[in-house]
Amino acid sequence: MDEQAFLIKYSEIGLKGKNRYLFENALVAQIKKAVRPIGKFTVEKESGRIYVRALGEFIIDELILALQKVFGISGICPMLQIENQGEEQLKESIFSYLENRYSNIEHTFKVFTKRADKSYPKTSMQISADLGEAILKRFPQWKVDVHKPEISLTIEIRKKINIFSKEIAGPGGMPVGSSGKAMLLLSGGIDSPVAGYRIAKRGVVLEAVYFHSPPYTSERAKQKVIDLAKILSQYAGEVLLHVIPFTDIQLYIYEQCPHDELTILMRRYMMRIAQELAEESQAFGLITGESIGQVASQTMQSLIATNAVCTLPVYRPLIGMDKQEIIDLALKIGTYDTSILPYEDCCTIFVAKHPVTKPKLVAIEYSEQKLQEKIESLLQEAIEKREVLKISR
Amino acid sequence: MIIEGEDGNSVCLVGDFMEIYFDHAATTVVSEQAVKRVWEVMEKDYGNPSSLHQKGLEAEAYLKKSRESIAKALKVLPQEVYFTSGGTESNNLSLIGLARAKKRQGKHIVVSSIEHASVIQAAKYLENEGFNVSYLPVSSKGMVEIDTLQAALTKDTILVSIMHVNNELGSIQNIKKLCACVKTFHSQIVFHTDAVQSFGKIEIFPKLWGIDILSLSGHKLGAPKGVGVIFIREGVRLVPLIYGGGHEQGLRSGTENVPGIAGLWGAVEEVFSDFDGRYKKVLDLKQYAMECLKEIEKVVIHSDLKDYSPYVLNISCIGVRSEVLLHALAEKGIYVSAASACSSHGKKGNTVLQNIKLPQKEIDSAIRLSFSIGNTKEEVDYFTQQCKAILLKLRRFQ
Repeated sequence: MDEQAFLIKYSEIGLKGKNRYLFENALVAQIKKAVRPIGKFTVEKESGRIYVRALGEFIIDELILALQKVFGISGICPMLQIENQGEEQLKESIFSYLENRYSNIEHTFKVFTKRADKSYPKTSMQISADLGEAILKRFPQWKVDVHKPEISLTIEIRKKINIFSKEIAGPGGMPVGSSGKAMLLLSGGIDSPVAGYRIAKRGVVLEAVYFHSPPYTSERAKQKVIDLAKILSQYAGEVLLHVIPFTDIQLYIYEQCPHDELTILMRRYMMRIAQELAEESQAFGLITGESIGQVASQTMQSLIATNAVCTLPVYRPLIGMDKQEIIDLALKIGTYDTSILPYEDCCTIFVAKHPVTKPKLVAIEYSEQKLQEKIESLLQEAIEKREVLKISR
Repeated sequence: MIIEGEDGNSVCLVGDFMEIYFDHAATTVVSEQAVKRVWEVMEKDYGNPSSLHQKGLEAEAYLKKSRESIAKALKVLPQEVYFTSGGTESNNLSLIGLARAKKRQGKHIVVSSIEHASVIQAAKYLENEGFNVSYLPVSSKGMVEIDTLQAALTKDTILVSIMHVNNELGSIQNIKKLCACVKTFHSQIVFHTDAVQSFGKIEIFPKLWGIDILSLSGHKLGAPKGVGVIFIREGVRLVPLIYGGGHEQGLRSGTENVPGIAGLWGAVEEVFSDFDGRYKKVLDLKQYAMECLKEIEKVVIHSDLKDYSPYVLNISCIGVRSEVLLHALAEKGIYVSAASACSSHGKKGNTVLQNIKLPQKEIDSAIRLSFSIGNTKEEVDYFTQQCKAILLKLRRFQ
């Protein structure tokens, strides 16, 4: 039997003191958006609880999947909700709840009662004990186990009574829109979408910037980035994607500077552009998928060089993660299969055979002086000619 | 700054720019006559050819007409023409169907190493079923040589499959001679040829030349995608790949793709109404293109006039990777094909070009132009001019 109502648990929001209602409202708004394509539901906040109730038919797996993409949810409990019509009625409801979900063979169980409605005539302990006894009578093969029960039946006595025995894990984190905005440097690779996910999980709204280098990168490479942004938007809500035409800048660097410094120089200009877009959009930081030592441009020395051009904080949520850990997360959030499509992105063209791994900031800054003549106008042109795409789920 | 709609569907597009399609070997525009026939079937004669009533009869007439037009073009009997879903199915059925039918006579199959994937992969599959396959090397011009073929034949050989025109190079095999060589060695060996890139473009007469099985595809000559043909000489037996209601003399069950087949009829009529004229015009165009390309520095031509299809021109523009040149041309509205699909991640070059042992820098920079009757010299001029400009710019960054 499928449930018609769901109790949504959230953990961290509960800690936020006087701002709590803001976080709760953001979560309710995100849940409403997430369930809209699944069917007709009401989403209500009720004394420190959020309930999702179905008003029509829906597929439960789809609903759970959608809710599992809403940051801020720590658990989803499919539940039976009944009116308070006395203890006998409660017992009958519990029996049918259990019969519909569990076989009659041996099970261990425990009953846990929370009584918010203090006008209810018995204490929580009493109710648990009485219900446990009734269940044992009804299901003679079952046993009580208060430490590691198979079925942990929760009864919440409020205005109505909630009965549930299962909690499905949510993604955790904080509802999107409860923190602020940040600018993600999104390539077509495995790492950057995961980095975006990790920061969005902290309630951050995402904007993204992609550097497109036709004819070295194809329209398919761009489409791949749009597809990745679309997957991210399932979690993070609408993502504004800036597509920057980057070819001229890359070629100019290539012509003027030492080839083993290309990647570092290129990344410094990417950061500068991203920062300018971030300031324009009132974003509070940049996000990259860098991880220490993964490639030449991500050694600690290289990070000094790229970081030096930024005044906004650069969030690098993957900095201490191994490639495999990042891949596992990419698989979990569903970006991996798109990320590994074999189209070139602008980081993989013009790669020197032996790029510098320990660049000196002075040397890099010296190289950049060779670009003085045209680089400012090229940067402004790239920003002006950008395409802005609204990506939503 | 251009704001676009959801999904990145572009709202505004660049206004006037010339669009030139030089990728007709990949697929070509559906011909007027074909569109007309497809439309007729979809709107009016939509019946199932197997139905006994009038509607069925009307639909069946299209199959008959189409079959007859192809038989006439190939100089074979209508009952030797079977409809399939396309070139890939025809090639699969040819190899797998024949091998299964003759597995008691022998277990050896010969194919050339530059066959289309639908032949190579079918052969690879047959290796798993216990057949031995010889993959014939080709000369530096992309030709299967008689001596090589002869040396590969054994008492155990049941099937030889050699394509007529190679899709990437355009090299034309001397099928008549190769077929005669096989038949002289043993008359029971079945000869198959993949004529997907030649039918309607270069003369091919399977029965006159001794070919037993031949594969064709509709969309390469102006029919819609999803229709193909297999010619099987009377007396040659294939084991079907698809079972059901016994359509196509039991060889290929499944309700016939009547709109596709009707379209093929239209396309064949149009192509064969002026076969020689079309050939001459395209040959002339290729010759012109080759002249023009001579003006550009460091362009190597891989498909000459003699021994190569006029419809295919494979070239290398040294110093610019195929894919990059392809995208740069596409920005100017010119569509060609990148013969080599290599990326900086893994150097995995194109096998046909590797097979003819081109230098790596030529493989990395190879593109294929393929023409149709609709292309013009003005288009070639525009191509040459754009290509020249692009190469001038991109060759600075190597």
